[in-house]
Amino acid sequence: MTRTSDEPGAITIEDPVILTENLSVSYEGHQVLEKVNLCVRKGDWYAIIGPNGGGKTTLIKAILGLISPGSGKIRVFGQDPKDVRERIGYVPQYQTFQYAFPIRVREVVFLGRMGRMKGLFQRYGAEDSRAVHEAMARMRIEHLADRSISTLSGGERQRTIIARALAGEPDLLLLDEPTVYVDDLSRDIFFSSLTRVRETCTVLLITHDISVVHAHVTKIACLNTRLFTHDSDQITDEMVAQSYGCPVDLITHGDIPHRVLERHNRKEADEC
Amino acid sequence: MLEILEYSFFTNALLAGVLASVVCGIIGSYIVVRQMVSVSGGIAHASFGGVGMGYWLGIDPLLGAFCFSGIAALCTGWLMMYARQQFDSLIGVIWAGGMAIGVVFIAITPGFAPDLFTYLFGNILLVTRTYLIIMGLLLFVVIAIVVVLYHRLLAVSFDQEYSQSQGLAFMALNLLMLLLIVIAIVILIRVVGIILVIALLSIPASTARQYAGSLHQMMIYAILIGIFCSTVGIWLSYLWNIPSGATIILVALVVYLLSILQKTLVLRRYRDIMRYRNDS
Repeated sequence: MTRTSDEPGAITIEDPVILTENLSVSYEGHQVLEKVNLCVRKGDWYAIIGPNGGGKTTLIKAILGLISPGSGKIRVFGQDPKDVRERIGYVPQYQTFQYAFPIRVREVVFLGRMGRMKGLFQRYGAEDSRAVHEAMARMRIEHLADRSISTLSGGERQRTIIARALAGEPDLLLLDEPTVYVDDLSRDIFFSSLTRVRETCTVLLITHDISVVHAHVTKIACLNTRLFTHDSDQITDEMVAQSYGCPVDLITHGDIPHRVLERHNRKEADEC
Repeated sequence: MLEILEYSFFTNALLAGVLASVVCGIIGSYIVVRQMVSVSGGIAHASFGGVGMGYWLGIDPLLGAFCFSGIAALCTGWLMMYARQQFDSLIGVIWAGGMAIGVVFIAITPGFAPDLFTYLFGNILLVTRTYLIIMGLLLFVVIAIVVVLYHRLLAVSFDQEYSQSQGLAFMALNLLMLLLIVIAIVILIRVVGIILVIALLSIPASTARQYAGSLHQMMIYAILIGIFCSTVGIWLSYLWNIPSGATIILVALVVYLLSILQKTLVLRRYRDIMRYRNDS
């Protein structure tokens, strides 16, 4: 990946999808994010890796406008995050709801259309049904549509949550640890569907699982309170050591190792 | 035995039982799936402060109960936002605080507080025609709100964080939810009393939950279970001359225990079948 119009002062034709400037967040005196400068551009598939407790989820919540930054600035599509929520698809780590909740898969996916509803009294229409149907087909959960979520496997549940995000037809997809509880089939479906999603959508994925960083990722950064950006698609020992605070043995499968070997010298880059 | 139906107090009681069951089926389902049982218990008990104030001011104690549970609900909504950490103990404060205020008000009210026990333990046999009409109107409001906002209430109930990320007015919807709980409590005080309200809200809904695949299905099951329990309870309380509110709750409890037993047996049989299949 080479830089194009990212030089300081250069006139950018389009606002970055996500732009944070010196973003700092702290909880009760504990610094969670420190001077994070992140720039995600249209069409990126951006992966942020880092250890648990490194502030990954906090960063996602800040981008969603769920928490306000202590200092610094966040812009999503050039606007305040709260004003563009309907353009963001969010796939949380799915502990945010109870599995025993009496709700069917179809109903969950329909909730992804909620952000597009105007006013308090608008009801789901044909357009909503079409989007929900498409999202379910994409994640291959159509046959589960009438099942209650309490009867699903972990992988099926995760696909449902991703389908919910896709149903909103977002321009930006935020994925928080998307493959933690997922079986191999769901992981394959997840990546193959995301490859197609990328045609219309910018993707930001955060994970502590380096093996998730897939061949299609275009940019990688490491987050451990501070963000170490590497405007490339390679993972290096140095990056891993920086973000995890110690050398880590990488055990990888398939086609990932060739990325691990390459070295480069940039320590920290403020891209935007 | 059926000649009892000729008395209007008895038919009123049965009708009140049906209306109460509909309220409990709808609002109770929300309370159970949102894990708001202790919150609702706190609001219900805080309403006793209003009952006491009603006696003291010489107004209808139920009006006082409505005010107090409304204030308690607002406090709860605020605490849900800003004091998540100590939420549980603060609910206890609201719960006990309201009761204490009620006791003090009753103590400083000169004379004797008539039908104090009715407010604490309910008496469905004392429900008047006027009260039935008020119940019906309040129930209509509840149903109208739930029908119109069903999907939005479902969204905030199911996954608060996600609905917030979608820009849903979740604070307003949470407050609305609390208002619905307040209305339900006020409707139910006459039927089962302040102390037992929470049982009628949570037990039929918990029974229904075991069989329901979706929230609206759970509501319908809970309504039917509630109608069965209240009718049987009223009839038994008349037959054996025991308090109606407590009897309804005990019937609901028996139904709940039976449903758990049935579920466990079904599960065990299923496991046996699976084991048999694996062995062979």
